Amino acid sequence: MKLLIQNGQVIDPASQTNEIMDILVEDGIISKMEKNITEKADKVIDASGNWVTPGFIDVHVHLREPGYEYKETIATGTRSAAKGGFTTICPMPNTNPVCDSDIMVEYIKLKAEREGIVHVLPIGAITKGQKGEELSNIGKMAKAGACAISEDGKSVPSSGLLKTAMKYAKMFEIPVLSHCEDIALVAGGSMNAGASAQLLGLKGISNDSEEVIVARDIILAKSTNSKLHICHMSTKGSVELLRQAKQAGQNVTAEATPHHFTLSDDFITDYDGNTKMNPPLRSKKDVLAIRQALKDNIIEIIATDHAPHSIDEKNCEYEKVAFGIVGLETALPLGITVLVEEGWLTPLELIAKMTWNPAKMLGIDKGTLTIGKAADITIINPTETYQIAPASFASKSKNTPFGGFEVKGKVLYTIVDGNIVVENGELVEKLA
Amino acid sequence: MLNRKDILGLKDMTKEEILEILETAKEMKLRIDDSSKRVNEIKGCSIVSLFYENSTRTKTSFSLAGKYLGATVQDLGVGTSSVKKGESLIDTGKTLDQMGVKIMIMRHSMTGAPHILAKNVSAHVINAGDGSNEHPTQALLDLFTILEYKKSFEGLKIAIIGDISHSRVARSNVFGLSKLGATVTLAGPSTLLGGSGLLGVKTTPDVKEAVKDADIVMGLRIQFERQKTTSFPDLAEYRELFGINKEILKYAKKNVLIMHPGPVNRGIELSTDIIDGENSVINIQVKNGVAVRMAILKLLYQGGQK
Repeated sequence: MKLLIQNGQVIDPASQTNEIMDILVEDGIISKMEKNITEKADKVIDASGNWVTPGFIDVHVHLREPGYEYKETIATGTRSAAKGGFTTICPMPNTNPVCDSDIMVEYIKLKAEREGIVHVLPIGAITKGQKGEELSNIGKMAKAGACAISEDGKSVPSSGLLKTAMKYAKMFEIPVLSHCEDIALVAGGSMNAGASAQLLGLKGISNDSEEVIVARDIILAKSTNSKLHICHMSTKGSVELLRQAKQAGQNVTAEATPHHFTLSDDFITDYDGNTKMNPPLRSKKDVLAIRQALKDNIIEIIATDHAPHSIDEKNCEYEKVAFGIVGLETALPLGITVLVEEGWLTPLELIAKMTWNPAKMLGIDKGTLTIGKAADITIINPTETYQIAPASFASKSKNTPFGGFEVKGKVLYTIVDGNIVVENGELVEKLA
Repeated sequence: MLNRKDILGLKDMTKEEILEILETAKEMKLRIDDSSKRVNEIKGCSIVSLFYENSTRTKTSFSLAGKYLGATVQDLGVGTSSVKKGESLIDTGKTLDQMGVKIMIMRHSMTGAPHILAKNVSAHVINAGDGSNEHPTQALLDLFTILEYKKSFEGLKIAIIGDISHSRVARSNVFGLSKLGATVTLAGPSTLLGGSGLLGVKTTPDVKEAVKDADIVMGLRIQFERQKTTSFPDLAEYRELFGINKEILKYAKKNVLIMHPGPVNRGIELSTDIIDGENSVINIQVKNGVAVRMAILKLLYQGGQK
């Protein structure tokens, strides 16, 4: 089976390529990358005017299976990913049961193979049952294919236990993904502490609740000389801590989500549950700091924290509303609309943060368009403008604050191991 | 007539709407003690109260206000209803809507709960206190009481003292009093002031400073039920540093009014002699509460837009 992608603007951050050329895929592997490939192919895609990039990698999603299949499943979540241009996604372990054993890792991989349409690399929990008490089987999970460990949704309360986990995970060369939140400082808050929370009478979540743990985890990663990645960084203070650590030469990375670089807390003017996420939408100053950190490459990775919830969990008393929004199908257009169009990032820099940088962080052989490597490819029309329509999402859940937003940039093709899973913006194989 | 569906807070009410309620309440007040003056102006109106949080005065006050106007008033009895079986707020609201309820009065421990109810029912919704957000009818009765004694709001100095960060009463009063031209100062321990400085009024941990030349001193109850962690060492220290007593009141104007939304922790936020003293209008506030709620029910029922 031969697939020829013609005349696209090929953007490959790993090789710093950014030029018009053709790509030939043979049996799932990229076999040629040059101008004017004349070989006959079984399928030809005319990519004129479009970007041809490595398939996106999202290091932070929630697929909800097993345990919460009413929110999302591996089948629907991977389809949502494909529509968003992602060819590899890493589900967090906060399922039920928690992904804290090799058995769970194997189960998720098996389900993904059977029912998923993109690569799924599970993340294992740091502690058994995410209870913060004893180490989970980190070694066995790594051997079974876990790409990282994370306590997700919370921080390991004990610094001692986290330090042990960092040291232990190092043996298996997997990073620790840290959700940074001091729960005592959050104290039941449901949006950013600031003027908007004050006007709405909602309890605030202060920036220090994130920053004290960012500082702690950076210090522990330094003393254990281990690889730390900080999830969904949202405050200016966190950025400063990260900047210092990087300037001192420490091997630490961080991700920002599209909602944290797009919206600030003054967007919240009523009790619409789709504006509630953790970390919360922060102040304008924080949003600008996140954009600047993306520009300075202090924050190297964009991740969605795709967090599907049912309508009942979002349409209720605000303090009861579940934290989180779906993000896989809005990440690219928000990246182009906010970061590229407003001059924060070049297209190559944006694509790097969604492909090569997350691959490097995880140490996986993905995220690049290279001859001899697997053909995980995304084709994007960077100029198409349209309104975000949650009803059209492939995700089982539609919880997003971006409905109706006018955006630029549309995923046309998603190709996984040479197989076209999204064509002209639509899933090739829809679920019944 | 009020041209609105719901009364959720003073933040989104106009000065004119507030003054209309206060004006109407004047006449309503005459009907409380003199039953011969009562008119069944909203006869046929079904009112249900949904109190997801305890209350003595607000619930009773609303219930009597409705009855004095000839309405049918029913309490849902949240504790014994389907709410206990896990029914969602929206479903409970829709159920009551179908039963012909025209006005729903709701108290809830969570901020924004009445707003969610209001969005999902066709009945009028009146917020009787939501979380630490707003308590509009309490503030309206406070405003009514102030107007009764001081005749005008322009230039008045009001000190609100106590547990500001958990107080929906303080917040509603700030919104209302600011709109009407009064100057508000919020005072209390720094740990209980929250982000109230962001509301655009003066805040201080110095009670004397707040009380200086005040026309009104309003004490707030320490809300033990809303405090997740201790915000001050103990009650004795609170009383000594932030309690309002005769000594502190020397800094206020001579004819200062002492107010409190109740229930009072006697001897803590206000000393007993102050509560029962000649400047105290705490009991008057309760009566005025009925009058103001009568005004709100009447104006909403007769005018409210769907």
